Parts: sequence; C-alpha cells; structure tokens
Amino acid sequence: MASVNRSVVAHNTPAVPAISVNDLHKRYGTVEVLKGIDFRAHDGEVVSILGASGSGKSTFLRCLNLLELPSAGRLQIFGEKVNLRPSGSNLRIGDRNQVDRLRTQVAMVFQNFCLWSHMTVLENLMEAPVHVQRRSRGQVRDEAEAMLKRVGLIDRAKAYPAQLSGGQQQRAAIARALVMKPRVLLFDEPTSALDPELVGEVLKVMRDLAAEGRTMLIVTHEMAFARDVSSRIVFLEQGRINAEGLPQELFRGGVSERFDQFIARFNQG
Amino acid sequence: MTPGMFDLLGFGPQGWGLPLLQAAGITISAALCGFLLGSVFGIGGATLKLARSPVLRLIGQAYTTIFRGVPEILVVYLFYFGGSVVLTTLLNTGGFPGFYSLPSFVMGVFAVGIVSGAYQAEVYRSAYLRLDRGQIEAGASCGMSKFLLLRRIIGPQTLRFALPALGNIWQSALKETSLLSVIGLTELLRQAGTAAGSTRQPLLFYAVAAAMFLVIGRMTGAVLGRMENHLAKPWRR
Repeated sequence: MASVNRSVVAHNTPAVPAISVNDLHKRYGTVEVLKGIDFRAHDGEVVSILGASGSGKSTFLRCLNLLELPSAGRLQIFGEKVNLRPSGSNLRIGDRNQVDRLRTQVAMVFQNFCLWSHMTVLENLMEAPVHVQRRSRGQVRDEAEAMLKRVGLIDRAKAYPAQLSGGQQQRAAIARALVMKPRVLLFDEPTSALDPELVGEVLKVMRDLAAEGRTMLIVTHEMAFARDVSSRIVFLEQGRINAEGLPQELFRGGVSERFDQFIARFNQG
Repeated sequence: MTPGMFDLLGFGPQGWGLPLLQAAGITISAALCGFLLGSVFGIGGATLKLARSPVLRLIGQAYTTIFRGVPEILVVYLFYFGGSVVLTTLLNTGGFPGFYSLPSFVMGVFAVGIVSGAYQAEVYRSAYLRLDRGQIEAGASCGMSKFLLLRRIIGPQTLRFALPALGNIWQSALKETSLLSVIGLTELLRQAGTAAGSTRQPLLFYAVAAAMFLVIGRMTGAVLGRMENHLAKPWRR
C-alpha cells in the first residue's frame, strides 16, 4: 500500500473517535473505487476531503452513513462497531436497527439538497425528529423554527422546496440535518450544484457551524473554504489517502507532489 | 292514456326513477370497489414489475399483458362462469350435488378490479420511476426504515405522479361496469334495458342512462381533479 504523506504527527486526541475506518474497500464489479482507507475523525474536527473527480471521495463519505456499503473493511461510529456481514464479495447490513439509529447521529447534506418536494420547509425539518426519533411534535417545531431563524429562512418556513433558490434549499437541507442533533455532519459537495452567486450564503452557514465546534466531514471543491475552515485536510487519489494534514501545511506545498499538482490545476482554472 | 316522459322517469307507480337511481348506486359501488381492488392489484403488479428477481418481473409482465390484451367482457365471463364451474365442481366432489353460481356483484367487481389493476400497475410503475432517488436516499440517510420511507416519502410522491393517469383509469372502470349486465347484475345499463323493453321507449331510457353515466363521470372526475390539483401544489413554483 502506498504510504500516506503526513504533514503532522497523528493527533494526540482522546481514545474514542467519532468515526473510525479501517482498511475500507469499495468495489463496483471489477472496478475498485476505494482501495483501503484508514481514517479517524474526532469530536470537534472539521475535515475536508479533497480529490479529483473519480478519486472516491464521495463514495467514501457515503460509506460513513452507509448509503454505500463497503465491500470490505471495518467501520466504527462513536466507538460502536457497525455490524456488517459478508455477502458474496461485498458486505451487507447486519443490523438494520443499528444502522437506522446511527444514521440520525451521522447526518448527511447532499449535493442536490434532496429536500422532500411534497413537504414544506418546516415539514422537511420536522420529519425525521418526529417520525424517526419520535420526539414530541411541539418541541421539534420550536427547535425547527429556531434552526430556520439561524439559517435565515424563517420567512420561508411554509414554502415548498420548488419555490426556493438553490442556496435557500441547501440552507434548509443543512437545517434539516441539524434538527436531528447529529454528532457528525457529512457534506457531500454541498455547493457544487449552486449558481456561483449562491455559494457564499451556504459556505457562511457552514463556517458558523465549524466555528461552534461541530464535527464535520466535507467533500468539497471549494479550496479557499477548505484551507480556511478545516482543522485537517484529507487528499484522496485513486481510492487511497494520498496526503493528510493541517491545511496550512498541505497548502504550503511540498508534502505531496500529487496534492501540489491538484492545487496548481485549481489555481490555473 | 299512455304515461308521459315525466311519469316514466318519475317516482310514481309507472315511474322508473327509483329503480334507475338504485341501479346507478350499484354502478357506482361496483366501479368504486373494482377500482379500489384494482389499486391493490395495481400496486402489487407494479411491485412485481419493479422487482429485482426476473421471475417476479415476468409474473408482473404476464399479468399486465394478459389483462390488458384480453377483451374485458371475456374476463367478466371467465370469472363469472369459470368461477361458478370451479365452485360447483368443488362442492359436487365434496358431496353437495347441484349447480352453484357465484354472486354476480362480487365476481363482477373482481373482474373489473383485475383489469383495472393491470392498467394501474403500469401507472404506478412509471410514477415510481419518476421519483427523485436523491429524496429517497435523503430519507434513508435520516434513519427512516423501509416502511417509513414508503409511508412518508415514496407513497405520497408516487400517488402525486400517478393521479392524473389514475383519473383516466377510473373513468374506464366506471364505464366497464356496464359489461356486468351480461352476468345479470342490475346496474345502470341493465336497468335501462329492462325499462326500455317494458315501456317500449328505448331511446328515452338509454339516453337517460347515458346522461347518468356522464354525470357520475363528471362529478367523480371533478373530485379527482381537485385531489390532483392539491397534491401537485408543492411542485409549482
């Protein structure tokens, strides 16, 4: 296995990581998209996952919420081993209830927002807390409204997703993830589907979340954002972690040749 | 003195008003039961056609091909007479001699339902395929169980996409109930025929039956239209 270019020594953080991944593989037929990922994220970390398209970064993120099932490897969430059973050359879910429970703790924000189009913004926010987490409707409503105020959408609470701009939809989707009170937030290219002038409003919300110490894993192409906001960068190349470290050190250059080339291409573009 | 048109259609001793209204009630009930049974068959058929297993898909395909391809009246005959023959044979071998026939309403509803279901299966299937996969994933990513996803996301959205086409299928089911006259069900067409025969006023009674079909169709269509409108609201900008 290729060695990982590290800019710093591994963190001396407490024992139980929020997410811990060992030797994660993902195959689609004969194509191996992830070729053995080892990864840990601790509470309060903001990790940006960078890489060219096809490097496997989205697949990796989706494995953490089990929207993709790994073909091999081990996954622990808050120290709890995710029960995955071998099935042919792949793994499948061993304990459906465990997965459903962990998913509310590891919330996902999608590239295409994926708000439920038959529900209003407020209903979107209340759906999982009321029906999955079975919290009381009144309390959830208050929290959802507070969350909408936070992302600046309280006046759109009764609107349907189709009536919102892309930036508003993504802010609503982030709010939807937050009302579940997850311990980890996963962002899968949250600004890639947005018109350029709408990117800023979403990044601002994410900046605020990072500032309040949330645990966030972000797949993104927003290099400036990754550099300024992340506590750590993970650079994926061809299904492996090629480089990992503090943003200022990685972006300074010289840690990984491939990463420097990747950044250079971005700066030209 | 021969009775006038209003006497014939009225509720007096020579009037056919009450029997016609009762027959219209039978028509509506048969259509409604048939259509609802059809949605059960339709959802089942669509599920089979969308199944991963090729065998299940083939069964679903066979169902929709057969019942959309065979003339409806033949299906009605098959169920009614075929069912009676099977029942009679079973009872005869069980030591109960004689001929037994099935209730025409039940068998008629079954025939309408199975044909309507074949058409509905296609509608539900294509409505399901129009769903945004991302929204289903978003539900799964929030920890929704399969059942919850079906109830809260997939079901309501599929219904919204299916409803316009279901409206057409409802109209056909309503008209198809007239075929049940051939197995002796006193629905609107058969009652109109009886009245036409006994009063020698076929034009009047068939015209009245036609008008009643139209009115029932338009009224129920308006209800469906409102539902459709209501469910489509969230998708409008």
